[in-house]
Amino acid sequence: MRLSPRRIKEFIIERLIFASGIASILFVALIFVFLLREGIAVLRTTGLLSFLGGKFWYPISDPARLGILPLILGSLVVTLGAILIAVPLGISAAFYIAEIAPIRLRNILKSFVEILAAIPSVVLGFLGIKILVPFLKNFLGLPTGLTALAGSIMLAFMAMPTIISISEDAINAVPREYKEGALALGATHWQTLHRVVLHGALPGIIAAVMLGIGRVFGETMAVMMVTGNAAVIPHGLLQPVRTLTATIAAEMGEAAKGSPHYSALFAIGIVLFVISFLINLTADLFLNKSRGRTR
Amino acid sequence: MKMAFPRAIVYLTLSFAFNTVDASTVQRSRSLQIKGSDTMVNLGQAWAEAFNKKFPNANVAVTGGGSGTGIAALVNGTCDIAESSRAVVEKEAKQAAAQGFVFHEDIVALDGIVVVVHPSNPIRALTMDQLRELFLGNITTWKTFGGPDWPVVLLSREVNSGTHIFFKEHVLRRGKSKGPEEFAPGALMMPSSYAIAEEVALNENAVGYYGLGYISRRQKVVAVAKDDRSPAVEPNLTTVRSNAYPISRPLYLYTRGTPQGPVKEFIDFAFSPQGQQIVRDTEFVPIR
Repeated sequence: MRLSPRRIKEFIIERLIFASGIASILFVALIFVFLLREGIAVLRTTGLLSFLGGKFWYPISDPARLGILPLILGSLVVTLGAILIAVPLGISAAFYIAEIAPIRLRNILKSFVEILAAIPSVVLGFLGIKILVPFLKNFLGLPTGLTALAGSIMLAFMAMPTIISISEDAINAVPREYKEGALALGATHWQTLHRVVLHGALPGIIAAVMLGIGRVFGETMAVMMVTGNAAVIPHGLLQPVRTLTATIAAEMGEAAKGSPHYSALFAIGIVLFVISFLINLTADLFLNKSRGRTR
Repeated sequence: MKMAFPRAIVYLTLSFAFNTVDASTVQRSRSLQIKGSDTMVNLGQAWAEAFNKKFPNANVAVTGGGSGTGIAALVNGTCDIAESSRAVVEKEAKQAAAQGFVFHEDIVALDGIVVVVHPSNPIRALTMDQLRELFLGNITTWKTFGGPDWPVVLLSREVNSGTHIFFKEHVLRRGKSKGPEEFAPGALMMPSSYAIAEEVALNENAVGYYGLGYISRRQKVVAVAKDDRSPAVEPNLTTVRSNAYPISRPLYLYTRGTPQGPVKEFIDFAFSPQGQQIVRDTEFVPIR
């Protein structure tokens, strides 16, 4: 017999691994096709321009007003705020862990970063409602603490683990010789860190930031609990906003299948998908660049 | 001979399949379909769960879709009981007559919506018109109503909530189901009654609304007057039942004619002490 049991086994395993590898591509494609099929109807009922640029979101009115500009801006404001908080903190923490902290402290810090990543977002949202929202209101003298800022702070907590771990990897990937060379030339530790190591690790750090942004942009639960969800065009961080993700989560259960509202929610899904895709693509470009440089 | 054996298996399997189909139709004939109001869907499901537990043979299924959908399904014979948060209208009664039956109506519970503010807010009572102006976003400070000069923060439920729709139709649109009035764009859309209760308890600027069941000492309930000349009424089980409190409505169960058999069993269950306790647990006002 030509086909020995070993060969057959080999063949089957090879095919299975191949199928697993292909599966993720297939899933992404199918998800996109599905979103497109359900969401495309919004072009007919609302039109692209008044969908993306409309200022009012009253999905169950008659006729429904389905403008998602306040939602897009809401998502962007919350994300921007989160990045302003998480990036300096996260990168500094990564430098401390990778370059400065003594070994034992380093291991403790790393496991705490992992624990931070493991906290479910609904738990963070709960703490947000109970502690952060009243604190922000009293501390800043706002009409309400349910603001974009509250969402940004919650999301910064969620983005930090991603930013810290990937930045730390990038910093560790900078060849030792660079650092030793700098120190040998008489540079101080700080000069070495920000002139040599930071430069070497920069593409990786940018990728870390982009992945952090992706995490923040797609987050739903904590944001829905603390941002107030008012669909108004935001003028800053200190007022309530409604994000794209919270809108889908809050309204999907009730939208009648096939209604303009239903297709608008799927179209919001497409918008989220496209933006996340662009963010990940940018991150990938930088990650590849960082690998190319250091290896 | 070679073919006979598999064929025998096929026959055998088929007969088994046929048997199981038979058994399930028997069960299905004992099942109850309940359809209608989205406001009442949780109540119906809680009833169904308890009813199914009490009568293991019963198989009650509850779906939403809206009061009108439920009544239409009852007329078409695709459900046994319609849940409705409004009374049937004449058009529907005529459709029923054309099908050869009259609606049998039971008011099983009441739905009272309370308006709440922070305990330190001195506002004690508001008229329906004042509430309307408030939630339309035309009032930006509590000073307008004789309160302190605090900014108003409006809290609403999300659009997927029946309470949101009821408050909009009953207060903002003065009882009409269609109209141009909407909650102010700046009103905060809270994902749950819990979130509203929490924000009202912690924010002296906030005003929100939810079902009677959520009242606690951490929020202050506002008395509501029908108009300028009427007295303001505190919402409680008595005033909602007597219809003195203006933001309330009865919740109905409709059947095709006088209920019989399992339909009657279910409606009796809804009126039983256990059924009425479920009414209370799902934040509505029991009728008995």
